[in-house]
Amino acid sequence: MNPFTFTQARDLDGVLAALNAGEARPIAGGTNLLDLMKEGVMRPAQLVDINGLDLDRIDASEDGGLLLGALARNADTAYHPLVRERYPLLSSAILAGASPQLRNMASNGGNLMQRTRCVYFYDIGTPCNKREPGTGCPARDGVNRQHAILGTSETCIATHPSDMCVALRALDATVHVQSSSGKREIPFADFHRLPEDRPEIDNTLQPGELITHIGVPQADRFIDHSAYIKVRDRLSYAFALVSVAAALDLEGGAIKAARIALGGVAHKPWRVEAAEQTLVGEAPGEAAFMRAADAILQGARGYGHNDFKLALAKNAIVQALTTAARGTAAAGGQQAHRGDRA
Amino acid sequence: MELHQQYPVRLRINGQDREFNVESWVTLLDLLRERAGMTGTKKGCDQGQCGACTVLVDGKRINSCLTLAVMQDGKEVTTVEGLAQGEDLHPLQQAFIECDAFQCGYCTPGQLCSAVGLMNEGQARSRDDVRELMSGNICRCGAYPQIADAVVHVMDLRKNASGDKPAFTTGAVLA
Repeated sequence: MNPFTFTQARDLDGVLAALNAGEARPIAGGTNLLDLMKEGVMRPAQLVDINGLDLDRIDASEDGGLLLGALARNADTAYHPLVRERYPLLSSAILAGASPQLRNMASNGGNLMQRTRCVYFYDIGTPCNKREPGTGCPARDGVNRQHAILGTSETCIATHPSDMCVALRALDATVHVQSSSGKREIPFADFHRLPEDRPEIDNTLQPGELITHIGVPQADRFIDHSAYIKVRDRLSYAFALVSVAAALDLEGGAIKAARIALGGVAHKPWRVEAAEQTLVGEAPGEAAFMRAADAILQGARGYGHNDFKLALAKNAIVQALTTAARGTAAAGGQQAHRGDRA
Repeated sequence: MELHQQYPVRLRINGQDREFNVESWVTLLDLLRERAGMTGTKKGCDQGQCGACTVLVDGKRINSCLTLAVMQDGKEVTTVEGLAQGEDLHPLQQAFIECDAFQCGYCTPGQLCSAVGLMNEGQARSRDDVRELMSGNICRCGAYPQIADAVVHVMDLRKNASGDKPAFTTGAVLA
């Protein structure tokens, strides 16, 4: 690791002042940041440890939703009684990510800020537009089995690695941020961005802003019919090739509302609201699910090694919707997850 | 020079209070191995991918390679050296012996600490859960079935000791 100075934050104002000064980077769990620093991909001159801030609670909000503290750990969030009861989709998405050790450390805010695991991004011996703008993208014609099929650009075909964020996108979460000039809420859809010609910028967080909470609106109508399906190269503890967060609101044998978000296919969690609309009023079934999948995957293209993701994504969407229609597994979490591979 | 500043770190390691002065970039893993003399914790991938460096911090299992020592100031750390009570092995250590769950030994300290953390967390209800919740510990020797046997065995023992019926059977063949 490159040398850096370290300070422990005592209060939010102190952190925001340090972030304003420009050099400092906040650290919470550190599970991705320290890894990137060891590899020389990121070289912050100053770290501010924000773990002392009072941002680790998970509270019910007045409108029936939840407010997840940015410093609550992924494991504590996934196993929290309110999350398990009201948001089984979020619980199982979190538990599909990383390992128990990492989930015990990784914070919710940090999960949103984690960076792509593109091998070229990680290898400082290769060019990468995301790491060093203007140097090129070897992934386009290189080893791109893990890479994006949607929303790519000439400059970058990296994917966002999070599972949690896929569920948060499906659930219409908001990201609460604060800077010394005030607070604002960013809809989840607008938080992560597509690479376009600035792939080095992962999200719309502005300099000096810190994530304080994640707001999840009430989603009771989806409790009984949701599923997180993650397809990966091994049974557990691997990033998604394709993942799908699906939720259905069923009434009288017809779909009243649907949510479908994909992971592993784009620079951000991918969701197409118009595709969900095609399911409204339909009876749940393979034909309707295939049509919705086609609508979501419109414009998808492969880059060689990842061509298989087009068919895989379609099948995963149909499987996730079929599983959701059958009913959320009672136990939630990893049980729900495993129920689908049995 | 400011960048090579030393930071005071107080830790309670395996029941003993210890004090260190470390540079900002020293990981908890490197502090344990290089400064605290606790070489039971192994440095495998050093990237959070293998689990060999797993220790318990305030009872929770974490990858000690992916946290800075300064960030753990004031915490209680348990390494594999802290699992036994004197000459009495931790029940999991005993079960690892009985189930032949030891292989080359490089992954074992992390496996043991991870298994203790798994039991502290209380989320495993079945052998499948144990396998899933031990997935952060990679063993290239392929000792997974025996490791799962050992963990499941100890969990059953605890349930029996508290008078509850085991929620599942072990499949472990124990003498």
